[in-house]
Amino acid sequence: MNSSLALSLATFIYGLSSVFYIGSFAFKKQILAKPGFIVLVIGFLSNTAGIIIRWIESHQMGYGYAPFSNMYESLVFFSWAIAVLYIFVELKYKENIIGMFATPLIFLAIAYASLSPDISSKISPLIPALKSNWLIAHVITCFLGYAGFALAFGFSIIYFVKSKNSDAASIFAKLPSWDLIDELTYQMVVFGFLFLTIGIITGAVWANSAWGTYWSWDPKETWSLITWFIYAIFLHLRMMRGWHGKNLAWVSIIGFMAVMFTYFGVNFLLSGLHSYG
Amino acid sequence: MKKNQTIPELIWQFFSSVKLAVYTLVLLAATSVIGTIILQNGTPQQYLREYGAAVYNVIKVFNIDDMYRAWWFLALLVILCINIVVCSIERLSTTWKIIFPKKIKFNPDRFRKQKNLETYSVNKNAPTLYNDYETLLSKTIGKVIKEETQTGAIMYAESGRWTRMGVYVVHLSIILLLIGALIGSFFGFKANLNLDEGATSDTAFIAKKREPVNIGFSIRCNDFNVKFYDTGAPEEFKSNLTIIENGKESFTKDILVNHPLRYKGINIFQSSYGSGKPDIVVFDIIRQSDKSVTSQTIKIGEEIQLPDAQGLFKLQGFLPHYDFRGNNLGEAFIGKITFKDAKEIQIAIPIKFPTFDKMRKGTFAFVAKEFEQKYYTGLQITKDPGVWYVYAGFILMIIGCWITFFMSHQSLFIEIEKIDENSSKISISGTTNRNNQGMKLKIKKIVTKLKDI
Ligand code: HEM
Repeated sequence: MNSSLALSLATFIYGLSSVFYIGSFAFKKQILAKPGFIVLVIGFLSNTAGIIIRWIESHQMGYGYAPFSNMYESLVFFSWAIAVLYIFVELKYKENIIGMFATPLIFLAIAYASLSPDISSKISPLIPALKSNWLIAHVITCFLGYAGFALAFGFSIIYFVKSKNSDAASIFAKLPSWDLIDELTYQMVVFGFLFLTIGIITGAVWANSAWGTYWSWDPKETWSLITWFIYAIFLHLRMMRGWHGKNLAWVSIIGFMAVMFTYFGVNFLLSGLHSYG
Repeated sequence: MKKNQTIPELIWQFFSSVKLAVYTLVLLAATSVIGTIILQNGTPQQYLREYGAAVYNVIKVFNIDDMYRAWWFLALLVILCINIVVCSIERLSTTWKIIFPKKIKFNPDRFRKQKNLETYSVNKNAPTLYNDYETLLSKTIGKVIKEETQTGAIMYAESGRWTRMGVYVVHLSIILLLIGALIGSFFGFKANLNLDEGATSDTAFIAKKREPVNIGFSIRCNDFNVKFYDTGAPEEFKSNLTIIENGKESFTKDILVNHPLRYKGINIFQSSYGSGKPDIVVFDIIRQSDKSVTSQTIKIGEEIQLPDAQGLFKLQGFLPHYDFRGNNLGEAFIGKITFKDAKEIQIAIPIKFPTFDKMRKGTFAFVAKEFEQKYYTGLQITKDPGVWYVYAGFILMIIGCWITFFMSHQSLFIEIEKIDENSSKISISGTTNRNNQGMKLKIKKIVTKLKDI
């Protein structure tokens, strides 16, 4: 078993899990969501194994670094983070159909990592600036944050799929109530906000230990701050202005667009210190 | 809006609104985008080439070439700060009364109408349940207030009143961050210093402006080393530095990327490196007619005799980037040949292109054979007395967010009503200042536990 095999397997299994969840919704068969969950957990284990094996492989090649250091590895970890968070949500809230709005994201992230020709899965040595424990803390917390926002985005979509009072016979009736979606979206944003905050902070501490400045308005830093502002706006609108439902869902969707731009757009369109996601 | 408000009252009201906070944050997010698209701290020529004269004027007027330090951007941050302070003062007195009430009161009717109310009945006499219920409630939530009613009893317990302070901690942390940033920008600097191996200096140059700044002590670079991976990528840079104060050597330390030296408020970082000029070079001098080779060791600045007394060669210097008709040929030595007839020519000997000098088609061709590779170390030198405020802000922000997001003020209410001697009706509900869904789940959990008793 090598890491790329485990990760290809995880990609395939996550895809299968999405099929189950979407099927359970499309055919109004809640029973299908059960195997969907089991398959998801198997995919998650394979994903975890892939990350651990890659870690070991990097040591065997003599480079020895934690596998969170380039675009490929960050995407694989992004999938892992969304998966672990979603598994937790499903277990806690006992709602399974919402997996339809989560599993495709898990699948897409890891599939993009494996399939895009622009992203190399080669294990290559780290440049000196990346050799820092702060880097590991930075990447892990940022991506946990992104995972929270990804799920908030997925759940926000439900507002546009399900009308406020869909009648019991329609296939949308199986989706959770607006109250619950609101709660779920909020919890995910809160989780994302906390971890993005810690992510930005660990990044700043790392920059301060590597370059002597904790903030240099590098495009990636600036975009993560923009993202952070947008979710701060989300929290205040919800707390103080009483925004709910679709209006707030838009803010969460815009926030996730900012996350995606911070992650990919900055790398492909702007230049700066960050060589990867 | 109330009538007859004085101007200060209106200003206070303006700054106490959360609406202003939302607008300010939207403006901060939107304008921050500009600086990631338009080049920052470029030269006038760069802007003129990229955008033309008209746009450049706009850029100049609004300081968009250095927008994160522009007056209007700083004004937005100041508004945010005033907004936070005023808003916090406004609300603190109310929150304070909630957090430290004279006496904890609760309204049973409010709990009886909660959406999350759960009811069930048990086949036991009401008073026999009191003790067990009270114990469980005090174990899962906190101290229990119990009151007897005509039909039975009500119990109330709560926890986490103080967590309502969390938001204030978050907002305070933002103020600390901005204060720290302000101190840093007034009393700190960020400078660069390139030191050849063996060289000493006490002056660095402010990044961007290239102004000299005195560090307060001298730094000598004793040695610089770079290690490469098999792939050719750099693995590690290391400088061995000695700090010299008042002419005396103070101490010596190695610095690496990510492992800086911090001394007297000054931080010294390994940031880059480059080739310095070698002292001694061994050249092969090839006579073109018969390809015979003579080796010669020369110091920079030294002059030697050419073979067969054909003239003199002076090694003048070293160029890190030799430019040949617009091509960068990399590191090269520069020398001058003076022939017997007093004719002089200038020659270049690029290290990476050993056949380059042959193309000159002179009597002799020079090849740089051996030399000691010397480096200079690129140090970044910074001072930031505000960093501790910023770090304190970081810690408070994480703690504050944790409290606000994951802890809450929860109250739980249980009513036990007697139906008859052998059965009672139980009602449970709760309130919380956040996470209603979590409360609902918690009540369900407590119900199953209570039913087990
Ligand atoms: C970057 C700036 C800011 C950040 C990161 C921030 C962060 C937060 C957070 C995390 C919460 C808790 C939200 C929740 O419970 O879901 C909050 C609540 C709040 N914020 Fe801010 N805030 C900022 C600026 C402001 C400003 C400028 C004001 C000025 C009016 C403000 C007023 C409030 C109020 C009134 C609350 C609700 C407090 C309560 O629950 O009693 N915030 N803020």
